[in-house]
Formats: sequence, structure tokens, C-alpha cells
Amino acid sequence: MNIKSLSWRNLLSSPLNTTLSILLMTLGIGMISLILLINTEVNQQVERNLKGIDMVVGAKGSPLQLILSSVYHIDNPTGNIPLKEAKKIEKNPLVASSIPISLGDSYNGFRIVGTNLDYLDLYDVKLKSGRFWKQSLEVVLGHTVAEANDLNIGDTFHGSHGLIEGGAIHDEFDYKVVGILTESQSVVDQLILTTTNSIWKVHYHGSESSGDHHHHHDENCTHDHSEAAEITALLVKFKSPIGLMQLPRQINEKTQLQAALPAFEISRLMNLMGFGMQAMNLIAVIIMIVSGLSIFISLYNALKRRKYELAFLRVYGASKKQLTQLIMQEGVLLAFLGTMLGLLSSRLILIGLSFFGGQNTMIKKIQLHPTAEELWLAVLGLTIGVMASLIPTIQAYKMNIPKTLSNA
Amino acid sequence: MLVSKDLTFTYDNSKVFHFPNITLEKGEHLLVLGESGIGKTTLIQLLAGLLTAHSGELLINGTDITTLNSSQLDRFRGKHVGMVFQKPYFVRNISVLENLLLSLYLSKNKQDEKKALHLLEQIGLADKKNHQPNQLSQGEQQRMSIALAVLKNPDLILADEPTSSLDDTNCYKIAQLLEEQAQSTNAQLIIITHDSRLKTHFNNSITL
Repeated sequence: MNIKSLSWRNLLSSPLNTTLSILLMTLGIGMISLILLINTEVNQQVERNLKGIDMVVGAKGSPLQLILSSVYHIDNPTGNIPLKEAKKIEKNPLVASSIPISLGDSYNGFRIVGTNLDYLDLYDVKLKSGRFWKQSLEVVLGHTVAEANDLNIGDTFHGSHGLIEGGAIHDEFDYKVVGILTESQSVVDQLILTTTNSIWKVHYHGSESSGDHHHHHDENCTHDHSEAAEITALLVKFKSPIGLMQLPRQINEKTQLQAALPAFEISRLMNLMGFGMQAMNLIAVIIMIVSGLSIFISLYNALKRRKYELAFLRVYGASKKQLTQLIMQEGVLLAFLGTMLGLLSSRLILIGLSFFGGQNTMIKKIQLHPTAEELWLAVLGLTIGVMASLIPTIQAYKMNIPKTLSNA
Repeated sequence: MLVSKDLTFTYDNSKVFHFPNITLEKGEHLLVLGESGIGKTTLIQLLAGLLTAHSGELLINGTDITTLNSSQLDRFRGKHVGMVFQKPYFVRNISVLENLLLSLYLSKNKQDEKKALHLLEQIGLADKKNHQPNQLSQGEQQRMSIALAVLKNPDLILADEPTSSLDDTNCYKIAQLLEEQAQSTNAQLIIITHDSRLKTHFNNSITL
């Protein structure tokens, strides 16, 4: 039996108060920690996926939707654009390089993206096994896709129409896995990549298979310079910032296409999200302060109830310092437990989100060890515990023992 | 040995308490009788080092405790003085046995569980060792507070109205127990009370 175990026993003897104080602290810390973790992860993802893309050209519609669909692969595309128009942009002297993106099909919720090998260079992804595609209907799988679907080299599968699970199956065409990519922590992990030709082949055959057109479209697939050929978007890198000044306006004003700047759209989105996050942070801080109040009230009430008990401890040789320790420990212990549970619960929530959210969530890697910001958060939690215990502690320290005993 | 000489105390300078000189050899017992308001509690708190005398000397085993500072007094009281109150105090969230162990911890003695259990045996509370203090009857509580006071083998046992709220049977038992325990550790015992029932039990008494 010592002062430390006495603090514990006091906490255990009022389980409701103790639980409330810990719970409130857990809530506050957990919320802030969750926001911090999501924020860090989303920012990293956003930056990783944005690299090397200055401008995205696609069909008219919401610029943010265009960026989200063709760079982050989380929204539906705005539509398709004629390949002919895209080629014009490619040839513009201000453009350093461009990569076509064709969307439309998916497999078990993973998008099948028609593009060229430059797309893999953009994200610096290497083959883990197999080879790149050589002809249409050969695909290379992102790391997550291969793992989630247990697909190996040589396996075949049917794509389904649309970008979510449950679309019509294109069962007349077999996609064949020829390569699997290394993990890149970017959106590529979630994609099934193939040549643009594959998308054309599947779509022009699959959707209109009546006699006459059949032959015509077959040619389209092999010679992609047809009038009707379309892609979904073009990812563009400029030669110099002058491109940024001129091209988007040119495209938006003079063509039927839309040019969107990812950096601009994403910072707009982040600002919107930032406001929500700030509001949540504020709520979390308020909850933490309430938790401090709850600790204060339970210590203060306990102190009133235990006045004689504390006097008794002094009579039995406890020093003022030991009484201080007794009260302070209770408050700090509550705050400490709440803080630890908060940091733990934010991680559990993230694990749950990534588990149930599946491939559509941007959270892939969950940071288990605390971040620097969270260490500050823990310091804040403990400080609230100390502050809340301060008044009861001072009261215990200054207690007039003879008077307390005489009034008993 | 305990010697008090010309002890005075005042709470607010308006009324000064003068206390008679006391000399008590090791193992001696003393009953201090007095009406309410005459300064009985003040005297016991002076003897326990909870209050500091206005003037005079108070030597306990050769240490003049009027010259000690407050943390020295805490240590002195923890080690040398055991106190029994009219209303027993305990730490309510821990068991009877744990209360005893805590009192050993606070007086910087070894937390000897065997010794504590032996004492509980002696005072007839062995079967209550895992009870919470407030589950005990009043008589049991008073016995336990005596156990708390004597477990650390103090040189001086101070009892403030230990029997006032007890019936005759329990009063007699408590007086007996106090005397026995004081004798077994050869401690000085001072009982301060207005309970005249105790006069028949202790022959060495003064009246304030």
C-alpha cells in the first residue's frame, strides 16, 4: 500500500466519475488525433498523386470532378473527348508531355485504365513480376488490385461496365494479366492498367456488335486514328510556366474541351475541407476542456468528501507533499488514460475505415506510432489534467489539519 | 519520557490556554479529565505536534517538538505518535488490512503484513481484514482505530475522547484494549476525556 496505489483505489471506487472523465478526454484527443492522421495521410496522397501533372484536359463539366476522376480515380469522369482534339493539344509547343487516360470499366470495383507506359513513369512504378502489355487486352495490375483479387500472371478476368461493382459484364473479352507492379503508395496501386486500345476494343465491340459496324470498329481498334476514337482525359505537363498562363484559357474558351489545373482545384478543395476540419478541431478542444472540468469536479467533490480522510493521513505521518502527490496523481492519471485511449481509438477508427471503406478510401497506410503533432496533443491532454487537479491539490496542501479534526 | 512545561496556546490572542505541567515516564498512563471548551482537544493536538505551542516546552523522548518545523513534525508524528479519535477515521476506499499497511507505509515502517494480521487477531477483527472500514460496527471501528494507532509501535499513544460515543460495555472494552496495547509496546498513554466512566479504570489522572 502506498500513495500511488491509493490514487488508483480512489479512482476505482468511483467508476462512473472516472469513466466519464476518461471518456471525455478520449473523445477530445481521439477526434483531434483522427483529424491529424487523416489530414497528414490525405495531404501525402494528394501530393504523391499530383506529381508531374500540371493540367488535365477532359470533357466539359466540373473541373474538380475532372481532376478527381482522372488523377485520383475517385469520382466519375465528366465524359469523353475526341482523340483528334487531344492530339492537337499534344502537339502544342507549350506542352512537354501528355498521357491519355481512358476510363469506363472496372473489375470488382478496381478501375481499368487505358493509357500508355508513360503513366507508369509518372509515378515511378516498377514491375514486380511479369512484363508490360504488348497488345490490347493485356493488363498490368497495381499492387493492391493483385492482392485483393488474388490475381497472378496468366490469369484472365472479365471487366464490368461502369466504375463501380455490379455493372454489365463484358464477357466476350478476356483481360489477361501479364504483369504486377510494386507497391507505390500512390493511386496506381488501386488500378488495372492496359493500353488504350483495350478500352476501345472492348467498348466498340461490346456495346455495338451488329454486323456492319463490326468490321469498321475492328479497324478502329488496331488503328487508333479513327474519327470516332475517344479518350477520357489527357494529363499534361508544360514545358514552362508560360503554358500555365496560356493553355488552360485557350482550351476553355476556344474548344469544346475543359482544362483544369489540379494544384488549383485541390487547394480549393482543401480549403473547403480545412474549414470543416477547423470546426471539428474546435469541437474537440471544447470536449477536452469539458473533460478537464469533469476531472476538476470529481476531484473537488472527492476532496470535500475525503477531508477527514486526508487529515487522518496527515496525522498518520503523511507529508503535505504526499497529499499533493495523491490528488495530483488522480487527475493526471485520468488525463493520461484518456489521452492514451484517444490516440489508440483514432487508430482503431482508421483501421476500421480502411477495412470497411475498401479501395475507395484514400487511407491506405495507417501510422501506428504517434506523430510529432500527437506528442504535442498528449502534452496538451496531460496539461489539462494538471490544470484540473491544481485547485484541489492546493486545497489539500493548505488544509488546516487541527481545525479539520476539531470540527469532526 | 514526556515532559511538558508551562505550555500555553492561543487561537486569536483573546483567550490564552494554560496547561498544567505533565511528566510521564515510559510506560506510564495518564487520564486528562475536563469539561468541554476547556482546551482538551487543543492539548492533545499540541502533544501530537499538530499545533505549535505559544510558549513553553514540550519534550518527547528528549526532543523539544515546539522547535520542529512542519515537515519535521510530520515525520516525528508519523514515527512516534499514535492517535485515537472520538470518531474513527479511515481511508474508506481500501480494506481494513490495507489501512493498517498504509499506516506503516506513512510512518516509514516496513509493511509487515504478518504483524498487522497478528494485531487484527488480538483485537478480534481478523475475519474482517478484507472488509471496507465503513462495513464495521462502531465498536469494531473504534478497535480498528486503536490498531492503526499502535501498529507502528509508537512511543506515545494519544486518545481524544475514545469512549464518549460508546455504550458501557464497549467503553470498558476500549479502555482495556488501549491499556493492554500501550503496555505491550511499553508506550506512554494519554487519554483526554470528559467521560468520567474511565476514572475507575485509570488511577493516574489530572483535571484541567
